[in-house]
Amino acid sequence: MSQSTSDTNLDVASVVEDVNLRRVGHYTIVILFLGFFLLPLITGIMTALKTSTAVANTLPFMPPLGDGFTLANLEYAFNRLSYAFVNSLLMAIPATIINVLLASMAAFGLTMVRWRGQLGILVLFLIGIFVPYQAVLVPLARFWNNIFPIADMLEPVFAIVPLIQGYHSALVPLIITHVAYGIPICMLLFRSYYQSLPNSLVEAAKIDGASITKIYRRIILPISKPMFGVVFIYQFTQIYNEFLFSFTLITSANSSEAPITLIIPTIGTSTSGIDFGIRMAAAFLAALPTIILYVAFAEQFAKGLETESA
Amino acid sequence: MTTHNTTETTESAADPSEEGIDWQTKLRYFLNSDFVRSSPYWGIPFIIMGIAVYGGIGYNLAISFTDYAGIARPSFSSLDLEMYRRALADESFRAAAFQNFVLLVGFTSISLGLGLFLAVLLDYGIRYKETIQTIYLLPMALSFVVTAQLWLWMYSPGNGVLNVFVTALGFDSIDWLGDPRIALAAVIFALVWQFSGYAMVVFLAGLQSLPDDQFEAAKVDGASTTKTYIRIIIPQLKQASVGAAVVLMLFALKAFDFLYAITGNYRPPNGTDILATLMVREAFQYGQWAYGAAIATMLLLLSLAVIAPYLIFQHRQGSL
Repeated sequence: MSQSTSDTNLDVASVVEDVNLRRVGHYTIVILFLGFFLLPLITGIMTALKTSTAVANTLPFMPPLGDGFTLANLEYAFNRLSYAFVNSLLMAIPATIINVLLASMAAFGLTMVRWRGQLGILVLFLIGIFVPYQAVLVPLARFWNNIFPIADMLEPVFAIVPLIQGYHSALVPLIITHVAYGIPICMLLFRSYYQSLPNSLVEAAKIDGASITKIYRRIILPISKPMFGVVFIYQFTQIYNEFLFSFTLITSANSSEAPITLIIPTIGTSTSGIDFGIRMAAAFLAALPTIILYVAFAEQFAKGLETESA
Repeated sequence: MTTHNTTETTESAADPSEEGIDWQTKLRYFLNSDFVRSSPYWGIPFIIMGIAVYGGIGYNLAISFTDYAGIARPSFSSLDLEMYRRALADESFRAAAFQNFVLLVGFTSISLGLGLFLAVLLDYGIRYKETIQTIYLLPMALSFVVTAQLWLWMYSPGNGVLNVFVTALGFDSIDWLGDPRIALAAVIFALVWQFSGYAMVVFLAGLQSLPDDQFEAAKVDGASTTKTYIRIIIPQLKQASVGAAVVLMLFALKAFDFLYAITGNYRPPNGTDILATLMVREAFQYGQWAYGAAIATMLLLLSLAVIAPYLIFQHRQGSL
């Protein structure tokens, strides 16, 4: 089953047999699926680079030629989205960092030390992963708007920080919300990693009399560096792509504190319908940070998804 | 919050609950126990998460028993099940529940099936496997919002991509998202495009964790490759399938993002209303907070019905 062994077998085999019908069929199906997964993306990119007449008159998956080529859509979308980019990053980066740290601590407390009743706490965490966000939206909106309007309280503080606008205070409740609901899944990712570590590692330190804090700082933190990468990429993608919390807490796509996902469904809409050139350009710009992360760290990305369901 | 009233015992060699040990010793044992000493680590995240998740659920449940419609504050003096009765009598609720069910089952089973197929395809000796896997999984890096835009263009009734193919074959162009008979299938198809790569990755990991020698053994017995997969390999992927199925089902319950993004408003295309969209529309567009909260509670119960068997399964497998 493992790739390394079967690959070498096949390399030898493919030298011996020239054309193997089954293998041709196999690769044909693989390539057809490449087309299936890439077609919406390719048509999207092609459309983003076309003028509106070219969008109407040429096949959607053909590249823009001659007069049909334009960067105006991208430019327009970028100008419309640039402040939202800043909002999204100001939200996703701090939220992810706090989230990953808290989750690593929680996973450490729940795997490296044993105590009775641990399973109960763990189950409460796990249910937290699966709760549909709709079930907490009404309380969330009431809490941040009526009961504890932290954004209004912080506005004067934010106004005096350089490079940050007063309205960015609206991102604080979003950050806290993302941290709170992100802890369970990130905890699970760390936990499955910590469980795979050899027991002797911590036992030896315990016998030497190391305190729990020391074990965490000196042993666990240094060796969980790769897992920090995995969880960071996973969680950053999740928060950056998230829509429902921003929708609930910011509500209007027109407000200056709207993260990027909130704006995409409204951009390029006019009375005559949707300008798909602009819409596709906006969608691609919005997806760019996560696509770059994904292409650069495909392995870590897949690792995060694998452990999510384990 | 039920934070600290779970069983609190020590783990030390001498049992402090034994008779004849005074309470100071017991307290000292307790304070030195691993439970207390590790509690700052798991306790702080647990409290933050607990308030958000369980506090939120509790408050939502309380609101669902009122008739709060967005003015001032909810009145908790008269609590009843009126909102639940209203939901069950409501035609659009029943339609949404039915469509939710179709989406859940259709999306999950197709994604799992396709994911398994792709995993076997890539697992069985293919070159450039890593690159191909990366491309198959690429849609997972996108948000629901972006995917919705791409498929809005694919499904566009005028010169959208699919209609180019349809008209080239000599048929009339189809209003994929507007026609109530096919809109739900179109939504499911787009979601399968985004998430089947996820199922594939989970199955691939499962396949690679199996021991190598099974193929050799099957070959000795004269079994074909196809037979080996169906009889021997795939049945061993039970745990991977269950995990992937649960995550996919929860994505299906979350599909609000996708449906909102495809239209840019609260009403999804014809015949694709699900509980999540109905809930957000009632609560945030019409201000029917209590009604929305009641729908949300039922959605939560639905999710718990998915998760509870999963957690029990995991516990039995010893992986909890």
